[in-house]
Amino acid sequence: MYNIGIIFKRELSSYFSTPIAYVFLVIFLLLSGSLTFYMGGFYERGQADLLPFFSFHPWLYLFLVPAISMKLWAEERKSGTIELILTLPVSVSEVVIGKYLAAWFFIVLALVLTFPIWITVNYLGSPDNGAILSGYLGSLLMSGGFLAIGSCMSSTTQNQVIAFIISVVVCFIFLLSGTNLVLDFFNTWLPQGAVDAIASLSFLSHFSSLSKGVIDLRDFIYYFSLIGVWLYINIELVNMKKGG
Amino acid sequence: MIEIKNLYKNYDDITVVDNLSLKIEKGEVLGFLGPNGAGKSTTMKMVTGFIEPTSGEINIKNLNIKDCSIEVKKLIGYLPEGAPQYGEMIVIDFLYFIAKIRGLQKNKIMDAINRVIENLSLQDVINKRIEYLSKGFKRRVGIAQAIIHDPQILIMDEPTDGLDPNQKYDVRELIKKISSDKTIIISTHILEEVEAVCTRAAIISKGKLLFDDTPKNLKESGEGNLDDVFRSITMGSSS
Repeated sequence: MYNIGIIFKRELSSYFSTPIAYVFLVIFLLLSGSLTFYMGGFYERGQADLLPFFSFHPWLYLFLVPAISMKLWAEERKSGTIELILTLPVSVSEVVIGKYLAAWFFIVLALVLTFPIWITVNYLGSPDNGAILSGYLGSLLMSGGFLAIGSCMSSTTQNQVIAFIISVVVCFIFLLSGTNLVLDFFNTWLPQGAVDAIASLSFLSHFSSLSKGVIDLRDFIYYFSLIGVWLYINIELVNMKKGG
Repeated sequence: MIEIKNLYKNYDDITVVDNLSLKIEKGEVLGFLGPNGAGKSTTMKMVTGFIEPTSGEINIKNLNIKDCSIEVKKLIGYLPEGAPQYGEMIVIDFLYFIAKIRGLQKNKIMDAINRVIENLSLQDVINKRIEYLSKGFKRRVGIAQAIIHDPQILIMDEPTDGLDPNQKYDVRELIKKISSDKTIIISTHILEEVEAVCTRAAIISKGKLLFDDTPKNLKESGEGNLDDVFRSITMGSSS
């Protein structure tokens, strides 16, 4: 635990010593705000809630989370620092988790900085703040899911661009896995049971109820097991590929 | 201290390290020599636990590196090939990070940092970002992080690469100064370095150990200077 903390701190401060942090925060806030107001019809709907705000989060995360996660392992491998960090007295899992948590914390920070929109909606009407909290919780969990995929994909290559592209593709599949578009593709060559399993893996279905204020334990279990599985694969990949 | 037994490393069909056995005791400074691609760095990566051998055994202070990798890593200071570091970090933050993760106690961290800053003359760069440092300074920061916890075992892959003659001299003096109670392995291309700091020279080529004796005996084992001896040993194996 102690080592995870040290890794976490180093990673987080490295975000802020490069322009990444500021570029990400500005773009995230600009996009989430403008999408809500212009495309989500925040005013025109005449309802005091943050549904239009949350409804764009899956699509924002699709590109922005891989942009954060692409460097997590690809950069370590490219610059050779992976050899430095993994010959220190820490375990691979401590490094994987420390780096992951730092990136997640950073995304949470971006999410916290969207508070003006919460103030706005409270000023304009009297929204159900419980539902808004649930939406934030769902968004946070979903970003963690995207990030676990991105971190894992980053460990497969030393090229950040490739890491970014594969992450977006895999995240996109997870996002859309409940839709016919994806299911039809799998239907042709997978048994029905497997297709149903893929359908239940969709990010969207597990996020939509939370974003409406419905807190279901199954959604939590879904996201935490998803994160666990991807981080486990991540640890195994780093172990396997660290030399080559 | 360090015991390497029948070590092999294969990548697909290529054997990079071929049945290597070595025993290195406390107080010894082993100069690891060989042409490029001889398997020096690969051997060091295995001894430091970064990669796993295909077969064979590595014991450090009677601990098997496979079974007690964390305990073994605590004993070792390591300068990897090319001295990789986090470029976006400030030198002093980087050293602080290494000291912390090495498990140094809080009240001893600053002493340790001051010690390595002095040892490696880093006073002028402690507040600079690592990515802006010259090659020589970067290498010295790499050595600093390797000795910050005063390790019993020090493994350095080309510690003087990129240093000017004065800096090379300083680093060699440093190695000599700290070597009495440590076990040190350095790899190098520079043969004079072996004469200057090593108590023992090991030459490998194509993964095989070809020579293992004192630098003095290395020089006397053939005709001409060290370069000639090195050439005859390593070229002989390829023909």
